[in-house]
Amino acid sequence: MSVLPSSLRQPSALPGFGLALGVTLAALGLIVLIPLTALVLRAASIGPAEFFKIASDPRTIAALRLSFGTALVAALVNTVFGLLIAWVLVRYRFPGRRLIDAAVDLPFALPTAVAGISMAAIYAPNGPIGSIAQSLGFKIAYTPAGIVVALVFIGLPFVVRTVQPVLEEVETDIEEASALLGASRLRTVFQVVLPHVYPALLTGFALAFARGVGEYGSVIFIAGNIPLVSEIAPLLIVIKLEEFDYGGATVIATLMLAISFAMLFLINAIQSWSRTKHGNV
Amino acid sequence: MAMSDRVLPLAHTPERANSETALTKVILIGLAVLFLVAILFLPLVTVFIEALRKGWGTLFESFGDPDTLAAIRLTLLVAAIAVPFNAAIGLAASWAIAKFEFRGKNLLLTLIDLPFSISPVISGLVYVLLFGAQGWLGPWLQAHDIQIIFAVPGIVLATVLVTFPFVARELIPLMQSQGTSEEEAALLLGASGWHTFFKVTLPNVKWALLYGVLLCNARAMGEFGAVSVVSGHIRGLTNTMPLHIEILYNEYNFVGAFAVASLLAGLALFTLLAKTVLEWRFAGEIAATARRH
Amino acid sequence: MRLITRRSIALGAAALFLSFGATQALADRTLLNVSYDPTREFYKEFNAAFAADWKARTGETITIEQSHGGSGKQARAVIDGLQADVVTLALAGDIDQIANKTGKLPKDWAAKLPHNSAPYTSTIVFLVRKGNPKGIKDWGDLVKEGVQVITPNPKTSGGARWNYLAAWAYAAKQLGGDETKVKEWIADLYRNVPVLDTGARGSTTTFAQRGIGDVLISWENEAFLVQKEFGADNFDIVVPSLSILAEPPVAVVTGNAKAKNNLDVAEAYLKFLYSPEGQKLAARNFFRPVDPSSADPADLARFPKVELVSVDKDFGGWAKAQKDFFADGAIFDQIYRPTN
Repeated sequence: MSVLPSSLRQPSALPGFGLALGVTLAALGLIVLIPLTALVLRAASIGPAEFFKIASDPRTIAALRLSFGTALVAALVNTVFGLLIAWVLVRYRFPGRRLIDAAVDLPFALPTAVAGISMAAIYAPNGPIGSIAQSLGFKIAYTPAGIVVALVFIGLPFVVRTVQPVLEEVETDIEEASALLGASRLRTVFQVVLPHVYPALLTGFALAFARGVGEYGSVIFIAGNIPLVSEIAPLLIVIKLEEFDYGGATVIATLMLAISFAMLFLINAIQSWSRTKHGNV
Repeated sequence: MAMSDRVLPLAHTPERANSETALTKVILIGLAVLFLVAILFLPLVTVFIEALRKGWGTLFESFGDPDTLAAIRLTLLVAAIAVPFNAAIGLAASWAIAKFEFRGKNLLLTLIDLPFSISPVISGLVYVLLFGAQGWLGPWLQAHDIQIIFAVPGIVLATVLVTFPFVARELIPLMQSQGTSEEEAALLLGASGWHTFFKVTLPNVKWALLYGVLLCNARAMGEFGAVSVVSGHIRGLTNTMPLHIEILYNEYNFVGAFAVASLLAGLALFTLLAKTVLEWRFAGEIAATARRH
Repeated sequence: MRLITRRSIALGAAALFLSFGATQALADRTLLNVSYDPTREFYKEFNAAFAADWKARTGETITIEQSHGGSGKQARAVIDGLQADVVTLALAGDIDQIANKTGKLPKDWAAKLPHNSAPYTSTIVFLVRKGNPKGIKDWGDLVKEGVQVITPNPKTSGGARWNYLAAWAYAAKQLGGDETKVKEWIADLYRNVPVLDTGARGSTTTFAQRGIGDVLISWENEAFLVQKEFGADNFDIVVPSLSILAEPPVAVVTGNAKAKNNLDVAEAYLKFLYSPEGQKLAARNFFRPVDPSSADPADLARFPKVELVSVDKDFGGWAKAQKDFFADGAIFDQIYRPTN
């Protein structure tokens, strides 16, 4: 499987395609594909009738809707603020910039469980932000809003770190040219600079979203975990596992996997299409 | 953190050629900082406050605990295997994907991204399905007295799976935006493939590679869900730092738990500081790399 | 090609290192006890006492490795190959699962040791905030409007299953066994639960640290421990009129212990739980000893008298209770059906 027939790829002057692809596919197969195949086969082994029974259970549907819905909202929030933060970090110089730059990666490093505990402490009705929210009449922790907050935390670095390097690469001469041609700053930013960033932004969004869908460790501490209201799909998987119901667990896992795969594939396709359209950005 | 907080620079006054007005800058920076404080810094500060609740003495005492030391050792070992492995694979994958056009590329890209979207719980579960006593290879492994899950190999495998896309994902967008012209020129001038890779491609992406490795490392050390499923939670033996934190927390040893957590957070801050210093030290060189294309 | 060779050597070395790390643990005699959450403090003391006793009797130094987690999760780990020599879990149902799925211990494991293989027992009590501001005295107060109850999810927590059964027993007695009404009562109870944690310890932290809820339904030993850890002036313990006899069982996983050549020490370890010293340590750590004669009377005085139902007598054993209440689609799941 190491060398693909050359007809599958366009001719290139560069060497090493077979080796690079071979190594990639081998690792991908061993680390990702074989284990996932085991998962799907296990789910398939319980038969279609049982599969659809579990998949169409109101609790399964509610949990999937919650996981995907909160992940979507969190990813959108992160897209806006991630772009803003990347822009501020790349373009402006101000005291504390390096500190912020360094801190953006924290959600990767802090164990998700610790993040969940800390965030529950902050956003619970007796915490610093939770008490403010409480006095304004709404609750954050132990509601779906709490899940969104946790997922925003988890997903932020994906957007910032994907956009940042690309933004650094954007050359300022085109902006100057655009300004010289009479474009307003706002127009320059949105029509000249950001189009270079959109593919990366879309990637960042997709990664933050995908990461949020499956997040478990941080969410269970802040979600409340009430069935049909704040019970996320990964928790439902854990519940099935604790019941020694591997079939049920793998069915929900497979559903999540299929939806995530379809969405990631769609986003990657959009991105590659936009790259062809906008040329080699 | 409502989305309506976002303010766009809507000023109609004449602006400087390639920069925003001072006011816009201040507003944008202010917004970014406010958001980061609520989402990022408060949890971080909470960790350190809790860790120091009983003073520095207790903090350092909890680092000396043999189980904590064992957890730190195991975490370092796991990262030392998972990170170089994923860096090598990430380089190979980004070379194939960014420098060549081939059919099925989107599929490959999506498959590489997939571990991001797999719930950590599932990342652990798949290895249980493969290597567990009730799994496909379980009986064979048992007959040969090989322990994979509930031992170090399982923890390494789960970590590799969870952090698989990190390096590749950092490199691919950058390498795609850089194109292939420099490599083609080098080859035209008679350089070998490996020579081109090491002297042209690698220097061009080394900062993105460093980012990728740092992120991969941070995630590898902080991974909780997947490792939790395959660990077995044996004190001093198969507990990584995040699992040890959970144990301490569950024993009402909040100071100890947050002490280890602060160590992880501190470790992250330290590597990120190192990155910043490197960037500062080699600022000229990075700018030169950026200017070349 | 130079790089490939170097890389493959590195990978090979890593693999070798890994396999070495995997087999290395077999050199010493170590005993692995896989246990549930609230026994941490107890087994810490007990392991030290047993190691000293074993050393005195045989001269051998034994290392006891300890693993804690939710009871169901721990049972699953053993089923999936965690090499436990002994399991000390929250309920018999979880050990039954290990016996059924792996065959590594006999189906009648509970008959191997006295008292259903439960060397210590516990029960379920309420923990309320100091001064009991909501005036909670019994189970009936938990379904009242405006009372927030904290209990973990019975699907993921062994302790929560005991909570659930104790509540059910009370309601069944009050409502004369009318199952429809009992179900409604139980549904009312869980409607007052704002946070359903995955484990008993999670619920305790939600209640004690986060300040959520008016009452925590809790293991008795856990409630005492909270008073000890978070200060007795912050919480009161309320003993309901009726509770349940919780029997956390222990068993040797014969298959594993034999393979690791640990059978003798594993059996001695569990027997030591029944010894005067083991019983005394259990009482000190807030578990009710089955043989109170050797326990410290001051420790025993802490345990209130309470009328107890039992799973075997009142619910037909764990296998039946599991099927009736907690299995997929059973009564607990029916509480959380969409209402429309």
